[in-house]
Amino acid sequence: MDFKVKSRIADEQALNRTVTRLAHEILEKCRGVENVGIIGIRTRGEYLSKRIAKKIEEIENVKLPVGVLDVVMYRDDFRMKNRLPRVEITNIPFEVDGKILILVDDVIYTGRTIRAALDALMDFGRPSSIQLAVLIDRGHREMPIKADYIGRNVPTSPGEEVRVLMKESDGEDAILLVEENK
Amino acid sequence: MNLSIKHLYGLEGVPKEDLTQIFDTAFSFREVLERPIKRVPTLQGKTIVNLFFENSTRTRISFELAEKRLSADTVNFSASGSSLSKGESLKDTIQNLYAMKMDAIVMRHPVPGSAKLLSQFVNAVIINAGDGTHEHPTQALLDIMSLKEKFGKIEGLNVAIVGDIRHSRVALSNIFGLKALGANVALCGPPTFIPYGVESLGVKIMYNLDEALQFADAVNLLRIQRERQGKGLIPSLREYRNLYGMTRERLENLKKPLTILHPGPINRGVEIDSDVADGDYSIILHQVLNGVAVRMAVLFLLVGGK
Repeated sequence: MDFKVKSRIADEQALNRTVTRLAHEILEKCRGVENVGIIGIRTRGEYLSKRIAKKIEEIENVKLPVGVLDVVMYRDDFRMKNRLPRVEITNIPFEVDGKILILVDDVIYTGRTIRAALDALMDFGRPSSIQLAVLIDRGHREMPIKADYIGRNVPTSPGEEVRVLMKESDGEDAILLVEENK
Repeated sequence: MNLSIKHLYGLEGVPKEDLTQIFDTAFSFREVLERPIKRVPTLQGKTIVNLFFENSTRTRISFELAEKRLSADTVNFSASGSSLSKGESLKDTIQNLYAMKMDAIVMRHPVPGSAKLLSQFVNAVIINAGDGTHEHPTQALLDIMSLKEKFGKIEGLNVAIVGDIRHSRVALSNIFGLKALGANVALCGPPTFIPYGVESLGVKIMYNLDEALQFADAVNLLRIQRERQGKGLIPSLREYRNLYGMTRERLENLKKPLTILHPGPINRGVEIDSDVADGDYSIILHQVLNGVAVRMAVLFLLVGGK
């Protein structure tokens, strides 16, 4: 599909500030870092989770355990599509039992990815709670799911999409509002 | 990404890109096997029948586990105790099973080419779990995946396959897969075990095991098929062990690292000594674990999706 950029929602500096704020909010709500683990949803949620963990380390001088989750195996939509998605490796290198897990993704939209991620996390054990942090909430939820930490609310109309670019995969940091070219 | 193949009859003609994607997917699925709850809902609602017309322990259990780990519904069929003993033909059996709405059929059968024949009767995905002396693609996939795990890449790797090449479906599938990925393959065994004209597949032939071991980074030791003995192909198991058995002395005299694979079941003291099979160079039990993962990958890539 072809897209054209409608506007730049954030540049590198703004994205960095938002990540800093998310890190502070997580610390405030969890009252510190004890028993907290961070899990990023592939692909950009992974990079974002590592950045949040790094910020928290800078603030509190504590290294949080970080994991990465691929939810493809739990998705409800690949059965309807002709093209199969790639299954990437999930790696959660710590015990999740009794932990407060911060699930991180770049954009929340229908909520179906988060539904799949919650199902996946349950197969790793029994965390004491799971909280959701997203960089962008673009609305249009199809599931009763809500984020605990939101970088920005960006209301979108049909045909619009939010693209988060990150240095790790895209060479630059930015958040773009794009529109499908008809 | 979808595979270019729609069924897995064998590894002959399967392109490199498909093989690479199967391995990448398999490494992702292997992680599932380490979780407290070893099950993902990926193939929910799909029905798979395992048809085994020949005995099997590893392959049958491995396929069944792979299917269950992916939440598919499975039905098992073994030839003994079935209507085949009442004289029903393969075609009728398969068409009846298919009428019960199967999405995929995993079949082991003694007749070469039977897996491909099946696709003329039914519209399900066919996965060959061994067809006579022809191919055993998932075994070769798990062998190659284990080599990939050990060495990082297959291109340029020297692999020797030792034993009864002539009756081995494992050997043929390995040759196709390894060659497609750019490995150098040598076959080693007594001349009666080397099929006529096999050089045309681009493999070296060696009749001396020590020469093959010098060449090899990894060696795949095939099982001496005791059920095929007594046909005059080798004088005795004892002589075979002396000339082609992987003994500890041979390994120690080699003075270089060697990775040892075996598709199982092992004849300890014939093609491989116990302390070699259980030793540091052996990755035999890795192969078994990778077998479940690679079968999950094949099932997901062929049966998953619309």
